[in-house]
Amino acid sequence: MAETGSAKAPTPGGFKRLIERYPFLPALGILIILLALNGIFSPNSLSYRSLTGLVSTYLALIMLAIAQTYVIFAGDIDLSAGAVVSLVNVVIIVLMEKMGGGGLAVFAALGVGVLAGLVCGLINGIVVAGLRLQAIVATFATSIFFTGFALWVMPVAGTPAPALFWRTYGSKLLGLPFVFYIVAALAILLFVISRTRLALQLLSVGDDAQAAYQTGLPVTPIRIKGYLLCGLFSALAAFCVTGDTASGDPLVGGKMTLFSVAAVVLGGSALAGGWGTVVGSLLGALTIGLINSLVFFIGTPSEWQNFVQGLAILVVLMAGILVGRRARA
Amino acid sequence: MTMVNETGAGKTGAAISEFLKRPLVIALVLIVVLLFAGNALSPGFASGQQILRLLIVAALLGIVAAGQNVVILGGREGIDLSVGGVVSLSAIVGGNVMNGADIGIVPAVLACLAVGGFFGLLNGLGVTLLRIPPLVMTLGMLGVLQGLLIVVRQGIPSGQAAPGLSSFVTQPFLFGLPGIIWLWVLIGVLMALMLTRTVFGHRIYAIGSNEHAAYMAGVPVKLMRVSVFVISGMFAAVAGLCLLGYSGSSFANVGEQYMLPSIIAVVFGGTSLAGGKGGYTGTMAGAVLLVILQSILTTVNIADSGRQMVFGATLLLLMLLYGRGRAMRA
Repeated sequence: MAETGSAKAPTPGGFKRLIERYPFLPALGILIILLALNGIFSPNSLSYRSLTGLVSTYLALIMLAIAQTYVIFAGDIDLSAGAVVSLVNVVIIVLMEKMGGGGLAVFAALGVGVLAGLVCGLINGIVVAGLRLQAIVATFATSIFFTGFALWVMPVAGTPAPALFWRTYGSKLLGLPFVFYIVAALAILLFVISRTRLALQLLSVGDDAQAAYQTGLPVTPIRIKGYLLCGLFSALAAFCVTGDTASGDPLVGGKMTLFSVAAVVLGGSALAGGWGTVVGSLLGALTIGLINSLVFFIGTPSEWQNFVQGLAILVVLMAGILVGRRARA
Repeated sequence: MTMVNETGAGKTGAAISEFLKRPLVIALVLIVVLLFAGNALSPGFASGQQILRLLIVAALLGIVAAGQNVVILGGREGIDLSVGGVVSLSAIVGGNVMNGADIGIVPAVLACLAVGGFFGLLNGLGVTLLRIPPLVMTLGMLGVLQGLLIVVRQGIPSGQAAPGLSSFVTQPFLFGLPGIIWLWVLIGVLMALMLTRTVFGHRIYAIGSNEHAAYMAGVPVKLMRVSVFVISGMFAAVAGLCLLGYSGSSFANVGEQYMLPSIIAVVFGGTSLAGGKGGYTGTMAGAVLLVILQSILTTVNIADSGRQMVFGATLLLLMLLYGRGRAMRA
């Protein structure tokens, strides 16, 4: 636009440099403000117990936001992420039920679930990066396909998860809630991925695919790998959904897709690709969770809650983008 | 290659294959093929009565897609995810304003246009003044609209379509065709005239293909961008009213089914999601194509799961027909 031609600021200030290094800082700031507000309106909401509840409820969205992040890094998008969650959810439920619901069954089902997520990611990757279809419309088409498949696996919602599975998800281990161990494992996993070249490669493809190609990066395989990571984390999100709801529902993830995109943007990543952090998306997903609980705690009448939530998310989205751009411009 | 094709026959051949690659032609050929296929699967599928019903449903989608089309043509990753919310809200507002009486139709139309235009304006202002990416802005707006729908539905009844509106949408109006089809044709003609014959239309293409160049050439870029979102909101509002006439009364989230299909109709019409290239005539064919495809799948006697899988896979196949992105070249 008109501003494109303007000269850049000669020396970036400290704040600017800080955000350039840690793009998720605005998200962290918003998160802290929301935590404080939650604490003011309901001191109880900052208790260890409530925060554990918050994490275990929103862990699925966190996982899905992380999934979405890797494809958005490369300038792509996955509108089928929620459908993959539904598909993996019903697949593991049906498998666990068929195999008797014992420990071995749970592990086998989770293995198949990860595989299913990866296959969905591979399909998306081939369709978008390999066949070069537009990511928005192509992943919408695959989302219809995956939803159909989920309905084939389980036509009606309601099959319960084996007690072993959801009891473990809600249990305590050595005095700490089980979800904390998942979060710790997630942190290690994210650290390992951030140590690989893939994250940087995805970002460079998203920044300028042509330039990345000319420097010799295999652009298509990199984008496919992004979708594979997305499929993997979508499967993990499905495990959390299953642990939280303790049942199978072929449509459970549908509503999560757009929230996962919102969480990524809240976390300071650029939707156009080439800029962002996974930590930001994690904070973005928690922000959505905290907005929802804050709307509840300030005593919003029930019929107004969705409206206030939507409005708050829109405002926070705008604020995050404005602060992030100020820092980068 | 060009040397070989210099012969007359080669030229005609190339011209024909070029012609067959045009999105509008692809869509029309597919429509005919699907009609024959549908008729073979269930006799009577391509009867006049059925085709009329299909066209009414396609008109609803096509009117939403008209606004989507304008936003996408305007470029800068233009997209409007909030259309579904506007369609639902407009149906409720319209139903309550007219409340089953013909005398209320005109006020209802005005009220709905105002509602659609208002939310389009908010989208446009967010995209231009705050420079929020359209996908994010309209996604956020969709959340707001969905919340608003719940509030509105708690407070007031769902409202009733006026008999005049219902018969406009479902009963023959002129030459045996319902009014909504004439309305759609009128919108198609006006869109074509606007996009090809007016300064406003040319400016949409200009900001869509190169925003900076358009700005340098004196195009009021921000005003144009706000306008395309306002237009989109208004078209969605019109579709919401027609939908109310089609179903008699509004029900929760009726509009949601139009959000992504309206984008697909635009893509099947040959408009590039990158902006600046395409038109509305193709989109109309794209909407008809999408509706016929869905209709064939509902006539075939298979479970809902299979139907959705076939639908998703067919959409992908069709997208392949419409040409793919350019391959990377060094």
